[in-house]
Amino acid sequence: MSAPWWDPIAMIDQMWALPFMVNAFRAGTLAAALAGTTGWFMVARRQAFAGHTLSVVGFPGAAGAALIGAPVWAGYLGFCTATALVLTGPRGRSGSSSTPRQGTSRGDGAAVGTVQAVSLACGFLFVALYAGLLGGTTSLLFGSFLGITTGQVTFLAGVSLLVLVALALLGRPLLFATVDPDVAAARGVPVRRLDMAFLLLLALAVAGAVQVTGALLVFTLLVLPAATAQRLTCRPAAAVALSVAIAVLVVWTALTVAFYTPYPFGFWLSTLAFTGYLLAVATSRAGHLRHIRLQLHRPRS
Amino acid sequence: MFVHPFMVYALIAGTAVALAAGPAGYLLVLRGQVFTADAMSHVAFTGALAALAFGIDPRIGLAVAVLAAASVLGGLGNRGRADDVVIGGLFALVLGLGVLFLSLYSSGRSGSHGTAGVGVLFGSILGLDAQQTAITVIVVAAVLAGLALIGRPLLLATLDEAVAAARGVPVRVVGYSYLALVGLIVAQATQVVGALLVLGLLAAPGGAARRLTTRPGPAAALAAAAIAVASIWIGLTASYTLPTVPPSFSITAVAATCFALAALPRPRTRKSTSPETTGTGTTETVRRAPASVPSDDQATARTRAP
Repeated sequence: MSAPWWDPIAMIDQMWALPFMVNAFRAGTLAAALAGTTGWFMVARRQAFAGHTLSVVGFPGAAGAALIGAPVWAGYLGFCTATALVLTGPRGRSGSSSTPRQGTSRGDGAAVGTVQAVSLACGFLFVALYAGLLGGTTSLLFGSFLGITTGQVTFLAGVSLLVLVALALLGRPLLFATVDPDVAAARGVPVRRLDMAFLLLLALAVAGAVQVTGALLVFTLLVLPAATAQRLTCRPAAAVALSVAIAVLVVWTALTVAFYTPYPFGFWLSTLAFTGYLLAVATSRAGHLRHIRLQLHRPRS
Repeated sequence: MFVHPFMVYALIAGTAVALAAGPAGYLLVLRGQVFTADAMSHVAFTGALAALAFGIDPRIGLAVAVLAAASVLGGLGNRGRADDVVIGGLFALVLGLGVLFLSLYSSGRSGSHGTAGVGVLFGSILGLDAQQTAITVIVVAAVLAGLALIGRPLLLATLDEAVAAARGVPVRVVGYSYLALVGLIVAQATQVVGALLVLGLLAAPGGAARRLTTRPGPAAALAAAAIAVASIWIGLTASYTLPTVPPSFSITAVAATCFALAALPRPRTRKSTSPETTGTGTTETVRRAPASVPSDDQATARTRAP
C-alpha cells in the first residue's frame, strides 16, 4: 500500500500522484521561502514578540472573514496589515518602546501583548457569533495542509513575489537600520518608516504563510529556521539563503512524514525545526570551543 | 445575576485570579518579560492537553508544565531572563507538542473531546464548580503571599540589577521564584480566560498601571489589580447581559480598553512622568549596554543620565 521507507523516489511519486499533496508542497515551499526571509530579519531585529503577535492575528482574520462571508485571504490580509499598523502607530507618538534594536519585545511588551490578547479574543468572539465553525477552530489555529486549493497557491505566489521584491529593494537600508539604527538615522536612512515597512511586509508574509501552517504555527516557520541560520553564519546574505533552505527542507520533510504517519503536520514541523536548531547550537558551541582551544595553544610570539 | 451559582463561582475565581495577575503583570511589564509570559501561556496549553491525552486531571498537567517552563526559561537566560529568540524557539516546539496531544486526544473520539482544545485555549470561566473555585482561591492566596515576600528585592533587582546584587539580593533566585509565581498565575488564569488570553489579564492591566502611575511600589500593584478585577467584573456582567458574547472576549476587551485609555498620549504630562521612565530606561540601557540604542525623546535623558 505505502511505498517502502528506503525508496524516497517511490514515496514522492506516491505523494505527488495526489493533487492536494502537490498543492501542499507548492504552498509549503512558497511559505517557507517567505518565512525564511522575513523571519531572518525578524530575528535580527529582535522582534520575535511582534512577529508572534502578527502571526496569531491570522486566527481572527479567518474567523472574521467567515463571519461576514468574505474570502479568507481578505480576512488574513486585512487583519494582519491592520495589526502591523497598530503596532507601529502608537510607538511613533509615545516613543515608549520604539528602537528597532531593542525591539518591540524588549522595550515594554505590554502594548504588543495586549494587541495579541485582543486579537485572539476577537477571533474567539467571531467564532462564537458564527457558531458553525467551532470544529474548524483547531484547523484555523493549527492549519491543515490537506485542503490547500490552487487558488490559495496562486495567492501565496503573488504575496511571495511582492514581499521578496520589496525586501530585495529595502534589504540594504533595512539591514543598516537593524544593525545600527543611530548611525543609519544619521546617514539619512528613514529608520522609523523602514520599521513600519518591515512590519507590514512581515504581516503580508504571515498572511500568506498562515494558510499552510495555521495561526499558531506560522511563528515556528518564522523563528526557528532563522535562528538556526543565525547560529551558523553571521553573513546576512548567506544567512538568509540558509534560513530559506532550512525552512524549505523542514517543510518538505514534515509534509512527507505527516503524510505517512498519523501525527499532525504542525507537530512534525516544529519538532524538526527545533531539532535543527539544537544541532546548530551544538555545532556552534563545538566550533567555539575548538576556536578557544586553538587560541590557547597558539605559541606566543 | 447572583442567583446562579456558576456566576458566583466565576466572579470569585475571576476576582482572585485578577488580584494576583494585576501586580504580577505590572512587574512583568517592568521587567520586559511579557514575551516570557506569552510563552508560558502556550506551555500551559500543551500541559493541559498532555494531561487530557494521558487521562490525568488537566490542572496537574497545567501546574507541572508551567513550573517546568519557569525553571527552563529562567535557567536559559542571563540572570533569569532568556533571549527572545530562544523563548520563541522553545515555545514553537511546545506548541507543536500541543498539536500532537490535541490530535492524540481528539482522534477516534467525538463530541466534547473534539472541542476540548478550544476550552483550554479560550477558557471556561462559567464552568467552574465550588471545588475548582476553592483551589483557585487557595493558589492565588499563596501566590500573593509569595509576591509580597519577594516583592521588594524583586523590584530592586528589576530597577537596578547591579545595585541589587551589590546589596546582597540573590538576583537569580528572586528571578526564578518570580517566574514560578507567574507560572502558577498562568495556570489558574488558563482556567478562567484560557491559555491564549492570559496575556490580556497580565499585560494589559500591568501596562496600564505602568502608564498611570510613576510610583513603582504598592500604588502601581494596586492600580494593576484594580484594573484586572474591574475587567473581570465588567466583562462577566457584559457576558451575562449579552449571552452571545463569550466572557473571555469581554474580559479581554475591557482590560485592553483600560490599557488603550492609559496609553493615550496626554498633553504635556510627560514632564512629571519622566523621572520614573528615565529611571527604568537608564537601567535598561546599562543592563544591555551594547545592544540598546536610545530613541528620540528618551535619547536625551539617557545620554545625560550616565
